[in-house]
Amino acid sequence: MTQQFYVSPEQLMKDRADFARKGISRGRSVVVISCRDGIALVAQNPSPSLHKLGEIYDRIAFAAVGKYNEFESLRQAGVRYADVRGYSYAREDVTARGLASVYAQSLGAVFTAESKPFEVELVVAEVGRSQDTDHLYRLTFDGSIADEAGFVVMGGAADAVVGALRGTWSADVGLTDGVRAAARALASAAPPAADGDRPGAPALDPSVLEVAFLERDPDTLRGSHRAFRRIGGPELETMLQGGQDS
Amino acid sequence: MLPDDAAAAVPRAASTSFADYLGAHHPGMLPSNRTLGPVTATSDASHLAPHATTIVSLTFPGGVLMAGDRRATMGNVIASRHIEKVFPADHSSVLGIAGSAGIGVDLARLFQVELEHYEKIEATMMSLDGKANRLAAMVRQNLPMAMQGLAVVPLFAGFDTDRHLGRLFSFDVTGGRYEEHEHHSVGSGSVFARGALKKLWNPRLDEASAVRVAVEALYDAADDDSATGGPDTVRGLWPVVYVVDAAGTRRVPERDLEAVAHTIIDARSSAGREA
Repeated sequence: MTQQFYVSPEQLMKDRADFARKGISRGRSVVVISCRDGIALVAQNPSPSLHKLGEIYDRIAFAAVGKYNEFESLRQAGVRYADVRGYSYAREDVTARGLASVYAQSLGAVFTAESKPFEVELVVAEVGRSQDTDHLYRLTFDGSIADEAGFVVMGGAADAVVGALRGTWSADVGLTDGVRAAARALASAAPPAADGDRPGAPALDPSVLEVAFLERDPDTLRGSHRAFRRIGGPELETMLQGGQDS
Repeated sequence: MLPDDAAAAVPRAASTSFADYLGAHHPGMLPSNRTLGPVTATSDASHLAPHATTIVSLTFPGGVLMAGDRRATMGNVIASRHIEKVFPADHSSVLGIAGSAGIGVDLARLFQVELEHYEKIEATMMSLDGKANRLAAMVRQNLPMAMQGLAVVPLFAGFDTDRHLGRLFSFDVTGGRYEEHEHHSVGSGSVFARGALKKLWNPRLDEASAVRVAVEALYDAADDDSATGGPDTVRGLWPVVYVVDAAGTRRVPERDLEAVAHTIIDARSSAGREA
């Protein structure tokens, strides 16, 4: 029988956390930003179909960075959780807080018990009727959960994006301005192009952005209880171009 | 080669049906899993719960509409004058229910979640035929209860975005799915409504005249079927009408229906005929 080497719990957890952190830092960043008329979710994502942002329920959205298969399975589980809960109780009984704590429990259980932790970081965002009732829950690979205010940045160059965004964000920024600010912060923090020259004002390229809104009043805007809406194609292009002109 | 368990995980993950998920993990929540005990020749539960009656649906160029009256009956008693039997299923389809009201409303709710769930998991809309097939499967699961008198027969209409036209489907209690052309009606007053639709429908109806035809057909059903309610001018209750076209599903506003109902009542009173 082979002898099992002793590894202290501290070392084991540290190794797992380092492993997960390394996996996450390879990915591109995602910004979730609370604005006057809703919550804007902006991700660097060149794929038009493999989403990092998704709808969970009426007023709840999901944003993730890390390994696609892992966060996609978490997203689907979240949709199932929310739909079962809304079907068996009522639609208003589905809350981001409930979903976030379920995610925290699963991530924590995987982190301690499974052979490999999830290499993901998530945001569960819920848009409220007013900006003070917006919720941004940030969940990390080990199941820790944080209730953030204003905006959240996750992924590879998170610190640089936070630095770029801190100066532009204020509570009364509109959705369009929020998207522009987030896109600009993401672009400025991205690694320089292969040829080495880095433009002073980074161009906002809609083809590498995935953008979605949680609108504050979807019932009056679109007559639907579903606040989540994807922004793409020409709509996103005009939105970003308007920002460069001003 | 994929290991055995990984290969088995793929079909497990491939199920995007909310109803299947409920059936596997919370079977008690499915409307079809409420059992009433063994089926015998004498077990008839139809008198236990209110029944919803007439639904009419008709196509017009560029869309389809569905309308339902507001009455639910229990035997010879009017159980409700306010019931709504037509529901938006999603952005581009509607369903109406006739038969056992409680089960029908639950079926409609489950179907709404089923479509939204698919859309969120798959990040795409289900095809109109797919929706009709899913609804047929749900009706089929209700067959044991239908045998005991608690049958639900839905009518389903939607806008087919590929063919760019409105289509409608009827179902039987065994889950048979039938595509209907031009117009259709279900429920106890449907024989009378269908007669009216045959005479009033034509292929060149616009939306406003289609609404009028639907309300008129419901009026004829209410005239001859005691379980179907007509326009209620005392309480200000008008039929529930949904229109589906390329822009999506929307409910026809009450004030439009009030105007249509008054036009029909006035026309009939001034005609002053008996039959």
